Amino acid sequence: MLGNLPYITVVIVAGIGIYAMMWKRNLIKVVIGVSLLESAVNLFLVSLGYRAGGVAPIYTNAPSTKMVLPTPQALTLTSIVIGVAVDALLLSFCVVIYRHYGTLDPRKVRRLRG
Amino acid sequence: MKMSKIVRTQSGFLYPFILIFGLYIVIHGHLTPGGGFQGGAVIATGFALVVVAYEYKDVRKWITANRLSLAEVTGLLAFIITAYLGLGSTFFRNWLANSGSIFGSRVPPGINPGNLNTGGVLPVMNLAVGLEVLGGLGVIIVYMLNYLKRGEESAG
Amino acid sequence: MTEFIHHIPALIIVIPLLWGFATPLIGRLSKKGMYAWVVTALAITEALTIAQIYLVLTQGTQVYVMGGATYNTTIPPDSGGIPVRIILTVDAFSAFMAFTAATVTLAGGIYSITSEEGTSGESMYYTLLLLMLSGMLGMVMTGDLFNFFVFLEINSLASAGLIAYRVGKGISVEAAFKYAIISSVGALIYLFGVGILYGEYDALNLAMVASRMQFTGLDKVVMALFTVALAMKAGSVPLHYWVPDAYGKAPGAISAILVTASQASLYALFRVCFSLFGLGSNTLTTGWFLISLGLLSMFVGVTMALIQTDIKRLMAYHAISQTGYMLLGVGVGLATLGTAAFSQYGLQAMEGGIFHIINHAMYKGLLFLTAGAVIYRLGTSDLNKMGGLAHNMKYTTVFFMIGALSIAGIPPFNGFASKLMIYESTYLFNPILSIIAIVVSVLTLASFVKVFHSAFMGPKLYDVKEVPKAMLVGMAILTSLIILFGLFPNIAIQYLVGPAAKALANQAAYISSVMGGA
Repeated sequence: MLGNLPYITVVIVAGIGIYAMMWKRNLIKVVIGVSLLESAVNLFLVSLGYRAGGVAPIYTNAPSTKMVLPTPQALTLTSIVIGVAVDALLLSFCVVIYRHYGTLDPRKVRRLRG
Repeated sequence: MKMSKIVRTQSGFLYPFILIFGLYIVIHGHLTPGGGFQGGAVIATGFALVVVAYEYKDVRKWITANRLSLAEVTGLLAFIITAYLGLGSTFFRNWLANSGSIFGSRVPPGINPGNLNTGGVLPVMNLAVGLEVLGGLGVIIVYMLNYLKRGEESAG
Repeated sequence: MTEFIHHIPALIIVIPLLWGFATPLIGRLSKKGMYAWVVTALAITEALTIAQIYLVLTQGTQVYVMGGATYNTTIPPDSGGIPVRIILTVDAFSAFMAFTAATVTLAGGIYSITSEEGTSGESMYYTLLLLMLSGMLGMVMTGDLFNFFVFLEINSLASAGLIAYRVGKGISVEAAFKYAIISSVGALIYLFGVGILYGEYDALNLAMVASRMQFTGLDKVVMALFTVALAMKAGSVPLHYWVPDAYGKAPGAISAILVTASQASLYALFRVCFSLFGLGSNTLTTGWFLISLGLLSMFVGVTMALIQTDIKRLMAYHAISQTGYMLLGVGVGLATLGTAAFSQYGLQAMEGGIFHIINHAMYKGLLFLTAGAVIYRLGTSDLNKMGGLAHNMKYTTVFFMIGALSIAGIPPFNGFASKLMIYESTYLFNPILSIIAIVVSVLTLASFVKVFHSAFMGPKLYDVKEVPKAMLVGMAILTSLIILFGLFPNIAIQYLVGPAAKALANQAAYISSVMGGA
């Protein structure tokens, strides 16, 4: 049960993220939802590579050679970097939308129809 | 708006240490946790600190979007050209590792104290990525603050 | 020099990257130099993709190990039989998709020289254009599941930036926001699936995972995640709502290139269904799933298109509808995979679906470019305000007619060739599917007759000139390929489409190209 705790957290965080994306009426909160979903996936990847009792996979002055898997950590790092780019892009879109529409309410930001 | 004198003095005091810490993370990227992205992000927070503590118009003489984007492009080009230089065998080949020249020492297997002069192209690429990230994040900060300023002007 | 040709797969991806990163620097010096620089990059990439097709046809599937000791040591001797590095795996289908993407981007890049002239941040436009191309090429050529995610995100971010390029009082930014949300959520769903596969099989290389595939219940979850994410990115119907906004509000050249970007996701969907899961999964069910997605896309796309009054929105709905044909063709191939029916008509259906990918990229690209040309001169995209353009914009009219006849499946243009293959083979599989496909084609024709009539026919309403030369050159490149494929479909099928379909269907060959003879 305790070993599954990270995966349960993943589900909860992803659920909150999807909730924020679907039902929150502020574009900034939608971006926060995307960001939460990113965090959930990152947490999932990192927990995949965990081995009980392992240390960080760096040989510089490591206490032992029992290490967690490095590949998922590399994946997570890449995913975090991409996530920063996505968040920055989405937030700058929010800034431009606010300048032109004067609101961030997705019900009012709706000039595209059909 | 300008922050209080205490904040400005403290940020001026902290700023060089943040830069040094960021550079440390960049250069030790192949030995310890961190690397180009993390170090570059730390340096960019240093910029953000100065920009927030002082007024933007006081610092925009030397933190300009133009210079930062130049840093970004230079970093990207340095990264990709380092990768191209591996084309003798394959793209991205670590052609500096174990060559005996700069960053070319042999790494002892297993647990070791860490030698900065190893890693081949990894430290070179870390430096390039560090330059790119500090430029990129710096540009984002500057542009967002620009928008903020314009918003204040239109508000009154 | 003979050694050098093996670097082609890597060079195709990284030449746009190097050129793109250098574009802002060149743009500071001279504007003309920057145009020449960008067109050079696009032309080199195009030439390399053609060389790659030749390479794949003569020497079989190409692999390229990023950073390896040599380009083809996929399994280093000290790795314990596991491919550890990022490996590009280029079979005939990948080479075919790379050619499609590079061609449309070349046409779009030349077109942009005048269509985006004088806008602020022009050098950034070309940097993003080249990044987008690099992302697309990486998506279709990589043999690594995680690497695909990285290229997907490169492509999505660059595309989102380009959709928002003309701010358009915020409307374009709204479309780009929608697109960016959909892309990042789709990519994260995909990444979740990759995580599950890594947890199960300890590998990220597509061929490696395929060789260890056991098709457990968890793999079915992965398959569902991949299908949802990639169908969303490809703009198939239940998740299509971003397509008309993004295609409709992007600059003309970008709409054309976005079509191929969506097709790169479609490529990944097919690659996952055939090469990753393959015969071990229940191909009949997955095949029917793709077929029903295709039918829905075809029908909903075309019926929504009939009521549009915005020229680019209308074309965007047609893009959804045409994606349905590809899903239908390849879906029939997947449903019959491994049975006797596959050689009778399944392979032909797949060839039709794959041929439709390149045809659609060409004629839809051309149509978006002509729509961009009309908007460039008139400043409006509303069909009700247009009229009589045939009097002045003669070349644009001809190009539009060729594109419209081609999308409606009228001989002798290329749309006819691929649609005929799909009709014939799906008729043998299930006559109803074939009839629906023909009906959708007729509705497509009706819709484009309406556009042609209201935009180009009638009295002269506007005193406008023909668009500048660079835009005409961009359109002419695509038109010449449409006519070429329309007149000589057998050449295209023999050298491009046939090998691609066979490579896609042959899972064992894909695995052994990376994993060795086993």
